[in-house]
This record gives sequence, C-alpha cells and structure tokens, in this order.
Amino acid sequence: MNATTSFFTGFQFSDLGFLAEAAGRTLLISVISVAAGTVMGCIFGWALQAGRWWIEITLGLVLDAFRSVPLIIQLILFFNFFPLVGLPLNPFFSGAIILSFYTSALVANVARGGIEAVGVPMRRAARSLGMTYWQDMRYVVWPIGLRAVFPSWVGVALSVVKDSALVSVLGYVELLRASQILITRTQEPFIILALAGAFYFALSYPLSQYSARLESRWKS
Amino acid sequence: MDYTFHWRPVFRALPDLLDAGLLTMEVAILSMVIGIVTGLLLALARLTGAAPLRWFATTWIEVARNTPALFQLFFFGFGLGAFGIHLSPYFIVLVGLSFNNAGYLAENFRGGFQAVPPTQLRAARSLGMTATQAYVRIIIPQVLRIVYHPMTNHMVWAVLMSSLGMLVGFRELSGETQFFASKTFRIFEYFAVTAVIYYVIVKVILALSRLIGWRLFRY
Repeated sequence: MNATTSFFTGFQFSDLGFLAEAAGRTLLISVISVAAGTVMGCIFGWALQAGRWWIEITLGLVLDAFRSVPLIIQLILFFNFFPLVGLPLNPFFSGAIILSFYTSALVANVARGGIEAVGVPMRRAARSLGMTYWQDMRYVVWPIGLRAVFPSWVGVALSVVKDSALVSVLGYVELLRASQILITRTQEPFIILALAGAFYFALSYPLSQYSARLESRWKS
Repeated sequence: MDYTFHWRPVFRALPDLLDAGLLTMEVAILSMVIGIVTGLLLALARLTGAAPLRWFATTWIEVARNTPALFQLFFFGFGLGAFGIHLSPYFIVLVGLSFNNAGYLAENFRGGFQAVPPTQLRAARSLGMTATQAYVRIIIPQVLRIVYHPMTNHMVWAVLMSSLGMLVGFRELSGETQFFASKTFRIFEYFAVTAVIYYVIVKVILALSRLIGWRLFRY
C-alpha cells in the first residue's frame, strides 16, 4: 500500500472502449428515434395537409407544444409521468419514446412542406390520368416532394442526434454522460470532452455538407 | 392509478418560478444580442476576410452547428477548467449560448449577405460612402430584413436551449424547478407547470417579434 492514495486515475487506453460503447448507445437511441419519428412525422404531416380543419388545428397545437417546450423538460415530465399511470419505463425506452415524438413534431412540418411543394396542377393531372389518390401519392407526390425536403429532413435527423445527448438527464449513459463519468474519475476534462465533441462532429459534419451539396445541386 | 396530485406546493413556489422565468428570458435575450453581433462579424469574416480569419470563422460556425449545445455548455463549464478558467454558472450559459447562437446566425447572415445584390455595395461606395458606412447603412439593414424571420425562430431556440443551464447548476427556470422539485419530490407537478411557463414565454416572444417585425419592416 502506498503512503498516499490517489483518488483519481489518469485517462487510460481502456477508457476509449467505454467511450466507444457509449457512442454506440448514442447512435442506437438516435437511429430508433429518427426512424420512428420519421414514420410518425410523415403520417402527421399528411394529416396536417390533407385532414379536416379540426384535425389540422388539434394536431397542429399538439405538435407545436412539442416544439415550444424544451426537450429536457419534456423528458423529465414524461419520465416521471409513466410511473404515475403504472407504467414504469427504463430511461432508454422513455427517452426513445419522447425523442420519437419530438422528432415526429419536427418531421411533420417537413413532410407537410414536401406535399405542398408538389403543384396542384400536377396532382390533378395525375388524377385525371386515372391514378387513384394513393397512386398519385406514391408515384407523383413522394418522389417530387422527397427531393424538395430531403435536405431539411437531414437537418432534423442531425439535430435529433445532437439532442439525444439530453437523454442523459434520465440516467441513460450515452456519449456525453459517459464522458462526464470519465471526467469525474480522471479529472482531465479537456481531452475527454474534445473526444466526445469530435465524435459528434465527425458524425454530423460530413452529413450536413452532403445535404448542403445535394440541396444546391437539386436547386439548379 | 394510486397517485394524488399535489399542486399546492407548486403554486406556493410560483412567484419564484416566474422570477426564474425572467432570468431565462434575460439570458436568452442577452445571448441573442451578443450572438447577432458576433454572428454578423463571423459572416463577414467568412465572406470577405483574409485566409486565417476565414478559417477561424468557418471553424467556429461548423463546431457550433455540428456538436450538441449541451456539449458546448460542458466545454465552457468544465473543459476550460483544464486551463484554470472557471466561469460562474450564469456565464457558462451566457457564453455557451452566445457561441451557439453566433454560429447558427452567422450561417443565416451569410445567406442574407449573398442575397443582397453586389451592385448595392458598389453604388453606395460610388456615392462617396466609406466601406464601413456602406455596410452599416446600406447592406446590413437589408440583410437584417432578409434574415429577420429565421432570427425569430432562433430566438425561440435560445429560450429552449437556456433550459440546459439546469445541468451546469444555473438556476434559471429549469434549474429553479429542479431545485424545488427535489425539495418536495413533486417532480411531475413542478415540471408540468414549468412546461406551461416555457410555452407562454415562447408564444410571448413570437408575438412580440411579429409586432416588432411589423413595425420595422412596414415599407
């Protein structure tokens, strides 16, 4: 036993594995939320565009609330609400559920914009060629609308990846939480935060550049 | 469901929560003002500056846009500690939010600058204005008009992002709520009321900005 005991151990090589695992969890929860949120968002966006006026108003109000309240408050609120109705969920599931709804609120606007980007004359033309409503949706609106809003969808997806860092308040050990745990042990905040930041940057920067290039190419 | 809601402690704490809401607005507005000025400078540096300036502005903008806001707050809060710089929670949030706002707004402003025809600058210069005069009196007012709407959206984002202050020990609306919630364990009730307060703040800001925009850009 040494005469002095240090409470801190330096940053070790094996800690990289811990960070990588946490980065994997960040990816997992973001991919699940973006996928589920996109499906729900497309349905909501379609309902906003094509639904009756009362659907549009109620759905619009609900989705607007998701965008007007900080995500962190939503997370804490629902994480503490599920047990009240006798449905205690672990941090991962409640985080994924709320992130999905949050994503769907953002995607709904994008999807609505996509449907509206297709001109009414074109859709009438499709219908008068004998296409059904759903054929018109599938073969006319989808390809043209997707092109119009794909870059903004990428923006939404990337912002959800970044916002997934907030699930750490529920106790889900994703990348940022893992780096905080390591900082507490090693007392080396700079290098660990730089690593975590580099991961997010390496994920987000190429994708955002790619979507910006697509946008400028499709515009011309 | 065998849970009884207790709203009384929340209503007793309401004045404190509303005060904290004012603090939230203060930080959001200050960070927005700093963000607008810095963002304008960054956009100009990226468009017209010398190579090192351009590189600096690009790095700032891309880091601000491609990393989580929470990471940026942690960086200003804990990361700078490695260099012996310790900011108080208020300044962590203010600096972090301003950094983030400046990055996002600079990108908006860049689009705005590119949308103003270059002949405007040349016409101003040939009327005898100096470069600074031409920018301050001719170019920037037009840019602000173009980016006004995205800027109000970003103002809302600044309010929402300030809630991250809770995680660095800043007692704005969220931090204050957490403080009270941990005293009474009425977590759901407190955060439900806070969610409503945030919603109202956001709506008030949107209404105000619409009013200001209507007043500013009548012609």
